[in-house]
Amino acid sequence: MMERISADVAIIGGGIMGSSAALFLRRMGLSVVLLECDLCGCRSSGVNYGGVRRQGRPLSQLPLSQRAQGIWAQLPELIGIDGEYLRTGHLKIARSEADLAALESYRALTQGFGMDLQILSARALRERCPWLGLAAVGASLCPEDGQANPRLVSPAFALAARRLGADVREQTRIDEAVHDGSAFVLRSGDALEVRSRHLLNCAGAWAGTFAAQFGDVVPMESGHPEMAVTEPLPVFMNFSLGVEGGGVYARQVARGNCVIGGGRGYALDDQRARAQRSGIAALMQQTIDLLPALRNAHIIRTWSGTEGYLPDRQPVLGPSATTPGLIHAFGFAGGGFQLGPAVGAVLADLVLSGQTATPIDAFSVSRFSEGPRVTTTGPVSSAVV
Amino acid sequence: MTKTLQPVIVGAGPAGVRAAQTLVAHGVRPVLIDEAPRWGGQIYRQPPLGFTRNKRTLYGFEAGRAEALHSAMAGILDRVDYRPDTLVWSAEGGRLDLLGRGRMGTLPYSQLIVATGATDRVLPFPGWTLPGVYALGAAQVALKYQGCAIGSRVVIAGTGPLLYLVAYQYAKAGAKVVAVLDTASFKDKALAAPTMLRQPAVFAKGVYYLAWLRAHGVPVHQGVRLVRATGGTQVTTMRWQDGAAEHEVACDAVAFGYALRSETQLADLLGCRFSYNALQRAALPACDGAGRSSVPGVYLAGDGAGIMGADAAEWAGERAALALLVDAGRPVDAVRASELEVRLARIAAFRVGLERAFPFPQDWAANAPDDLVICRCEEITAGQLRQCASDTGAREINRLKALTRVGMGRCQGRTCGVAAAEILAQACAVAPDAVGRLRGQAPIKPLPFAVMARADGEAT
Repeated sequence: MMERISADVAIIGGGIMGSSAALFLRRMGLSVVLLECDLCGCRSSGVNYGGVRRQGRPLSQLPLSQRAQGIWAQLPELIGIDGEYLRTGHLKIARSEADLAALESYRALTQGFGMDLQILSARALRERCPWLGLAAVGASLCPEDGQANPRLVSPAFALAARRLGADVREQTRIDEAVHDGSAFVLRSGDALEVRSRHLLNCAGAWAGTFAAQFGDVVPMESGHPEMAVTEPLPVFMNFSLGVEGGGVYARQVARGNCVIGGGRGYALDDQRARAQRSGIAALMQQTIDLLPALRNAHIIRTWSGTEGYLPDRQPVLGPSATTPGLIHAFGFAGGGFQLGPAVGAVLADLVLSGQTATPIDAFSVSRFSEGPRVTTTGPVSSAVV
Repeated sequence: MTKTLQPVIVGAGPAGVRAAQTLVAHGVRPVLIDEAPRWGGQIYRQPPLGFTRNKRTLYGFEAGRAEALHSAMAGILDRVDYRPDTLVWSAEGGRLDLLGRGRMGTLPYSQLIVATGATDRVLPFPGWTLPGVYALGAAQVALKYQGCAIGSRVVIAGTGPLLYLVAYQYAKAGAKVVAVLDTASFKDKALAAPTMLRQPAVFAKGVYYLAWLRAHGVPVHQGVRLVRATGGTQVTTMRWQDGAAEHEVACDAVAFGYALRSETQLADLLGCRFSYNALQRAALPACDGAGRSSVPGVYLAGDGAGIMGADAAEWAGERAALALLVDAGRPVDAVRASELEVRLARIAAFRVGLERAFPFPQDWAANAPDDLVICRCEEITAGQLRQCASDTGAREINRLKALTRVGMGRCQGRTCGVAAAEILAQACAVAPDAVGRLRGQAPIKPLPFAVMARADGEAT
């Protein structure tokens, strides 16, 4: 017997984007059905590195990122937990004069976005981070960037939405999504049919399929950032760390475990991914170069996830080019966790009024169908969280 | 011309050694990888070289079997690529990931026999994290391997056939066993006796241990519930409940366990299909009667594929090796193969009786107090798990892990996974199979960064 339900808004994907959209839409009083094929926040939204960072993002993302920064500040009021969110600062290290020059020019370019980037000399860096092993010529510090526990934060958005009355359906895979002329119609096998006026496509690495069903064809690929964690160690690392030009990134949680990321895992199938041996070996080597204090520590767990990447490493965020009422939010290229709550807020704006004060033109889905074709920048690189 | 085989066996216990011996007998040279420095597995673990306690003292009734297994391996050493002190920490793309003697490496295999054995099934009780409290298996390893006891006034607690064996071994070794506390009742054992008599020799040993303990004045209490161990820097007392009455005994060590649980992480990382085994109350890698897993070329043998005991492990190791050879087109003795399967089936029937004699304490989760630490690595209590289940609606064990950190520490759930699943099932009022199983994640055991400082061309 097929269950039939209807709502103002149906959302495909219970990651941090879809869940925060559900939460904001419920706060505005719209009826919401959130459809998740697995458990909410258990895919990339829940297994990412946990960086809550603006520094290093392209300029086009900074207004969105800045809006997110404001929402992160209200996390406990929004979702009922602090999610281990701490503004520890994000430090980006330069290994060469050229890298340092790049950091300096990024600082100049991003003045006015409220990041207050500070360039640290090699000497200042050694004083503030005596535990740093890498030969660094300097660094850029974003004092109000931070980190959080994605395993807690992302599911908590879905729970908060449910508490506010969103109809959250987990382990519900959507097999078919169409618009029948009067409403969107979604089907999960012969168990469930959902009708809605609006449809949000927040299906992460799997969103391209839904977009294509409505004629929004995007060249999305999957990538699998690789992560590892150590046993708890005495707390020594007071920043979340990145390295200019990519490579390893690391943070230490309050309990003392060091979370490290870098390199790529591999897909077990179209749903699951795992860290791979070559990546783990490289990551371990890079980590002890960066953090010699970990020389006598252990990796106790590794993991990966499945993330959506578009050729220009920018997300798709905004209305469908073909179907009124359909709005996409996907392809965050390993950098979506911090943006998530703001993406949810933008999606809610778009549903409510068809527009948003946050600039999102750079993320239009039509960029893949209009004008000169965007070429890919080569194989998917590691996450830049 | 037949294709060259490069089979690899993981684990040099009863299953792994017999598998190796069978391959060697058919002219195949296997690689045999083992985490321990010497072959024998846990049950027939050998002391370090130079230790002089004889096998009779070390293994008791099992001395003959231990000797047979040890010499079987000694006899084929020149025809096996034997790699002791080597951990398999993951597997990917037809190669095993190794950590051996401080170095990382990989090893390709054409076929794989997974004989990874078992560890204690741990169900915590208040005070189990006190110094001086050990798992039963660990208490036995201390005796067999290092030749030392965990204490001089020892409580042996929990349930399972190992309970009486360890008590007997400790008493024989000169430790004072101040109490044997069995959560299974005498009635459980009496009801199980007819089924257990399918293996009269094993049954007789169990009866003998119990009679010996009683004859030597060792207090044996059956049908009890463990209440708590207390102490400061060391356990000093153990309390238990017997009917309505509570009792306590002074001690300086406690060994406890509730039978064994299979080490299945490697099978999981290899992609083997799992199915729930109600008798063993665990999800186990599925295999046919010959040991073929759901993954072509991967065979399972011994306690790592479900607890069947050491004798069965020897037969299963041999059977899996024969299956490997048949699948590779080599001629084998089909009569022998089916005889082994008959024996294994007989043991399986006996296992039913054993589970009845030493039943899983069904009321354990319901009686676990909220402040009981379930995951000692991450210091997560039963109350936190229950709270999480009620606050978030978590009904699946990996979800519970993500939200509470249970099973996220050094042991990666190898110690706490069973108990966490039982608590979750109780909190959700469902059977334990309904909460799923913890997904395996590499590394199977912690991987030291220090190996990278010495990394060479071997790591790929």
